[in-house]
Amino acid sequence: MAEFKEISPNASAGAKLENWLHNRFPTAFDAYKVHMSEYYAPKNFNFWYFFGSLALLVLVIQIVTGIFLVMHYKPDAANAFASVEYIMRDVPWGWLIRYMHSTGASAFFIVVYLHMFKAMIYGSYRKPRELVWIFGCLIFLMLMAEAFFGYLLPWGQMSYWGAQVIVNLFSAVPFVGPDLALLIRGDYVVSDATLNRFFSFHVIAIPLVLIGLVVAHLFALHDVGSNNPDGIDIKAKDQPKDEHGHPVDGIPFHPYYTVHDMVGVSVFLMVFSAIIFFAPELGGYFLEFNNFIPADPLKTPPHIAPVWYFTPFYSMLRATTDVMVQVLCGVIAISAIITLLRGGLSTLGKGIVVVGAVVGIALLLTFDAKFWGVVVMGGAVIILFFLPWLDHSPVKSIRYRPDWHKYLYGIFVALFLVLGYLGVKPPSDAGTIVSQIGTLYYFGFFLLMPWWSKAGQFKPVPDRVTFHPH
Amino acid sequence: MSNSTVDASKRTWLIASSCAGAVGAGFVAVPFVRSFEPSERAKAAGAPVEVDISALQPGQKMTVEWRGKPVWILHRTPEMLASLKKTDSEVADPQSKRTAFPIQQDAHNEWRSIKPEILVLVGICTHLGCSPTDKLQPGPQASLPDDWQGGFLCPCHGSTFDLAGRVFKNKPAPDNLEVPPYKFLSASRLLIGEETKA
Repeated sequence: MAEFKEISPNASAGAKLENWLHNRFPTAFDAYKVHMSEYYAPKNFNFWYFFGSLALLVLVIQIVTGIFLVMHYKPDAANAFASVEYIMRDVPWGWLIRYMHSTGASAFFIVVYLHMFKAMIYGSYRKPRELVWIFGCLIFLMLMAEAFFGYLLPWGQMSYWGAQVIVNLFSAVPFVGPDLALLIRGDYVVSDATLNRFFSFHVIAIPLVLIGLVVAHLFALHDVGSNNPDGIDIKAKDQPKDEHGHPVDGIPFHPYYTVHDMVGVSVFLMVFSAIIFFAPELGGYFLEFNNFIPADPLKTPPHIAPVWYFTPFYSMLRATTDVMVQVLCGVIAISAIITLLRGGLSTLGKGIVVVGAVVGIALLLTFDAKFWGVVVMGGAVIILFFLPWLDHSPVKSIRYRPDWHKYLYGIFVALFLVLGYLGVKPPSDAGTIVSQIGTLYYFGFFLLMPWWSKAGQFKPVPDRVTFHPH
Repeated sequence: MSNSTVDASKRTWLIASSCAGAVGAGFVAVPFVRSFEPSERAKAAGAPVEVDISALQPGQKMTVEWRGKPVWILHRTPEMLASLKKTDSEVADPQSKRTAFPIQQDAHNEWRSIKPEILVLVGICTHLGCSPTDKLQPGPQASLPDDWQGGFLCPCHGSTFDLAGRVFKNKPAPDNLEVPPYKFLSASRLLIGEETKA
């Protein structure tokens, strides 16, 4: 226990109050130092470093607007759709709160995708930040669950059929699938029971987990320190320190980055408000037009698609047809042959490779393409967790990697966007082939990373971060 | 503290009580997981539905709700029935041999129906549960092949089905559309949800 400090009776009222609090709740003062006033962040942060604090801002917006929406919303299949319209038309300023929440959902994903991309190009997931990255991936996963559960609540056509499709994904799991889908729905079809439990997940269960994960993400980050665009660890032993042992290339988060982030917040809020006030549906991308029709279990709308932030993964699901499964069998066979030809394996090792490949191909051919589509979609998210161990590049930041690495990242981003675009569109033969190529590239990018990430001519990494005072 | 010897009996009891606690927690979890199952009310809602099809003209289709799902009743014309011969070689499971959605004995035939002209199907795609849309007109049209004989197209992932609900080859849906249990009460009245007693 900390020592009880007495203060002079002549001290100011403010100083007395601070002393009183300090004696009773020193944890708060310590936390302020560790996470704010004495958290030294690299001084060379650039544009990409706005998105972490913006994600936190959007989380707060979603929680606050969500609390107010729940005051008027009714999680009941007979009343849900009408209660959302009631919020839009009759509740004073209800439309604004609802549009903030619906736009906030899309904003959350935009900000998080950009935040993840930053981590990818600057190697922020590399040792010792693996856990920061894994907590981040869990946040992304929970965010997808949160968005999915929330999307059912307005009980429109898209809500209903979107939930129907995603819940049925689980029924593709061999053996236990149909029972699992039944357990999720709580009924033989998506119904009132489903709506009620999704409401419970959306407003209490997932947000609690999400907040816990955000705290873990930040604590782990503040324990190991932030990375930066140069990928140089400013707290490493060989880096210059001042007389207090603080890194010379770091600046206290508060006030320097809190003030700096205000710029990002201002720009973000300008765009955010513009969308809320002038284009809350954003041409059907943020709020899909079919969702303004009440849910009808007997009629699927002529074209259904998930909201934009799920579509890259949805495209991969659609890309997994019987032909694609045969291609995957070929890929496994070729990789096994290459592994054998490269040599360096014992007889046992060779045996394991051959048996593994045969079992893999047998499994691919045994179960339906439908199941593998689900595996591909899930795998596309799960593979992110392994990124810290897939990247074998000798440097962290893209700045010091060979130029052709940048092209690989560029193609990756372009194909991810193309997959997203195709997922919004109705299925077509050409679109399927393009999304199959995109899916193969996506997985190839990660699975072959242990080899390509260390190939090529790397540039020399400077001793200290590059920083131009302005 | 660190130098004191381990009290073996105290440790044994701590481990034993922790195990007992874990078992208890496991039992307590059961009611919570079980509460996810369909309620008694949801189970009771699956009663059979009676349908009058006397007004259904050849070429017309009607939809009724059974267990919350759309059930289609299509009165097929002779041309429609003839088209099934042409699609025989293009569908994945022409004889409905797969067992994911077993089909009742008296409808397990080339028409997939008790009476050839009256087709009864659950209008839910076997891929991910969307309801396919009618594409009953033959001929080339958007998202469909040029030699289209009439059938159904799932808007979600593009699976196509012929006029007996059989899925075409190399489509995402693994199975033919489900034929629900049904029987004829009279020439113009159907009961959906109960098969003909053998």
